[in-house]
Amino acid sequence: MSPRAAWRLESLGFTEVYDYTAGKLDWLAAGLPTEGTNAQRPRAGSLARKDVPTCALDEALGAVRDRVRGQGWDAAVVVNEERIVFGLLRAKELAGDGERLISQAMRPGPSTFRPYVLADEMAHHMVDHNLESSPITTSDGRLVGLLLQKDVVDVARKSG
Amino acid sequence: MPKEIDRDGLRRMVEAGAQLVEVLPAEEYAEDHLPGAISLPLSHVDAGGAEVLDKTRPVIVYCWDIA
Repeated sequence: MSPRAAWRLESLGFTEVYDYTAGKLDWLAAGLPTEGTNAQRPRAGSLARKDVPTCALDEALGAVRDRVRGQGWDAAVVVNEERIVFGLLRAKELAGDGERLISQAMRPGPSTFRPYVLADEMAHHMVDHNLESSPITTSDGRLVGLLLQKDVVDVARKSG
Repeated sequence: MPKEIDRDGLRRMVEAGAQLVEVLPAEEYAEDHLPGAISLPLSHVDAGGAEVLDKTRPVIVYCWDIA
């Protein structure tokens, strides 16, 4: 749609026309602010816990577990140095053999969601699929934070 | 020929005074649009509709995604 608009504007005499081809989806997926009727509605990106512990593939589970629990968490997200999400450790995975590497212990390739998804949509999805937590990532896979079902359900209930 | 621009480029150009135009239907614009964007649905991109734009300044158009 936007390429046609860009060409049409040129045909109308506009000499410097640019096309943001990645579009609104890219903007929203990056968690950037918008204007409009949805702008103030809570979204996954704003509700996600940014302080979720992270760990690397080559760490030992036991050390990660101690660190994670020491921070008051029972979940962690496995990322690389670019914060690209590789896996998830929920309570069940964290309780495993402490000698194992994270790459062996993690739940690989978890479903991720974009920051722009509205809270009520996320709440329904997480309840329906029994997800206690879900990583929120940008469109290029970078971790924004971990969304907890209890947080999003609470907000959806209040806003609904 | 229109030039493609990425998110960072868009932000720089808007800061420098470029006009930002969403060409999706008005209902979609009303729900969510980029800060400062104006609505000019594709069906209105004609000589009349384009009168809201300044031909002397760069224009950046966008829709939902690459489709």
